Amino acid sequence: MNTVASMNTDELRELYRELIVDHARTPRHFGALDTATHTAEGINPLCGDKLHLYLQIDTNGVINDAAFEGTGCAISLASASLMTDTIIGLHSKAAMAWFDQVTASLAGEQESIAHDKLNALQGVREFPSRVKCATLAWHALRCAINNDTTATKTE
Amino acid sequence: MSQVQASNSGAELNLRDDFPALLQEIHGHELVYLDSAASAQQPKSVIDTVARYQQHDHANVHRGVHTLSHRATEAYEGARDKLQGFINARSRSEIVLTSGTTESINLVAQSFCRPRLKPGDKVLITHLEHHSNIVPWQFVCEQTGAEMLVAPIDSRGQLELDALEQLLTDDVKMLAIGHVSNALGTINPLRKIISLARERDIPVLVDGAQAVPHMAVDVQELGCDFYAFSGHKMLGPTGTGVLFGKEALLDDMPPWQGGGDMILEVRFDGTVFNELPYKFEAGTPNIAGVIGLGAAVDYLEGISMDRIAAHEATLLDYLMQQLSAVDDLRLIGTAEHKASVQSFMLGDIHPHDLGTILDHQGIAIRTGHHCAMPVMDFFKLPGTARASLALYNSRDDVDRLCAAIRKAAAVFA
Repeated sequence: MNTVASMNTDELRELYRELIVDHARTPRHFGALDTATHTAEGINPLCGDKLHLYLQIDTNGVINDAAFEGTGCAISLASASLMTDTIIGLHSKAAMAWFDQVTASLAGEQESIAHDKLNALQGVREFPSRVKCATLAWHALRCAINNDTTATKTE
Repeated sequence: MSQVQASNSGAELNLRDDFPALLQEIHGHELVYLDSAASAQQPKSVIDTVARYQQHDHANVHRGVHTLSHRATEAYEGARDKLQGFINARSRSEIVLTSGTTESINLVAQSFCRPRLKPGDKVLITHLEHHSNIVPWQFVCEQTGAEMLVAPIDSRGQLELDALEQLLTDDVKMLAIGHVSNALGTINPLRKIISLARERDIPVLVDGAQAVPHMAVDVQELGCDFYAFSGHKMLGPTGTGVLFGKEALLDDMPPWQGGGDMILEVRFDGTVFNELPYKFEAGTPNIAGVIGLGAAVDYLEGISMDRIAAHEATLLDYLMQQLSAVDDLRLIGTAEHKASVQSFMLGDIHPHDLGTILDHQGIAIRTGHHCAMPVMDFFKLPGTARASLALYNSRDDVDRLCAAIRKAAAVFA
């Protein structure tokens, strides 16, 4: 009964892919950003995940830099790390296109995410109670881009 | 129905088969339920009692002259009598039926404390409290200008008794304290603490939500003024609970909510309130739930709270010992006197990730702050993983938990 093989390892491996574990262990762009022009707060009060997102967006609407800090589970940290990695250098509209893809995929509305790294997040959809962890950073992104200063939550 | 199995460590209970919800597979594994501190599973006798009532006996209580109303009233009031006996209250008038511990504490805060508190007065709580024994006091302090004080704990999660005693000054008009910590399992030395408070004429409310499912509680022996607990943590339905209060205090308190059942006479120019305990029970109560709670008392007493306590004490020792043997696992809450609960951290794995991986092996634990954020802040943790035991758990459950934790460590290795 208690062998590794009998645990639903395939689904778990989908959730905790190497890329996810790696980004959770050593999150990229972790820390404050002094030059930020846009910031947002994501807090899931029931599970206790908290993150603060910083964006530096230039007058053309391009995200020149992004960073985040906070505490959370592997899924929320990895998602924030992958997100910041992806959006740096993109126009905020292009970043929001990834927001649409990620949230649609995690909501089960589309199969995969057309991005080799972000696609690592789609394993989360087999774990409905964890989707909120993966989407927190993305909703903070939407708030930051829209200058919405109210803290967002996804639970 | 209930069995006792002999084992090397004394009489261990074997009650799993009495609980239908436990007899299922989750993700292809037999369920191991270690989240009873959040809500306990119900024995078949409780489920059947509620179903029988709904099918045959339902009507409103204390009202009609017809047969069903009579049956419903008998069963509902019979449950009150059982609850009175369960905690050894002096009188059935001292058993106020509520929706749970939270409502019970709010009732005391608003009906007992609010009229008595004035600016400069203090309400003393402890660092171990569940949010439901913090926030109602914050409300009433804000409403009255009183101040809330917090008695400190040590690194094992035990109250610092000397500090608590020093905080028990003449200004303190209420001491609100948990019997057993929901996050850490610490059993507070209530008899000593209550006697310190009584020497100073300070009323004491005990949050007993985590105590009543695990040990015999005698409110007269404790000497507390109020004792609050919930039905769903002691094998009963959700939405049920009790406020025990000393009759003289309850008598003196204004009603908490207005409505039907809590009155004797209503005129537009004034209303005469009903006697105790009905004065505090406005509106149609959770009749089915309370009747189910009565059946839960029967079940627990049929086994005996002392045997349950002994079974769980043996199992908690085993749990702590086995968890300690897991590499990189840190126990949070290691008080000398503990009941039923063990919080822990596994390396740098976030509790939610651990919870998901355990769930996939059929093991239900609680992860997060356990509605006790000040306790988490004290240990500088965002949350913990928590395994909590009940009378239906076994050594096998503990073994399954520890094996699953080792596999979780492998996922993140």
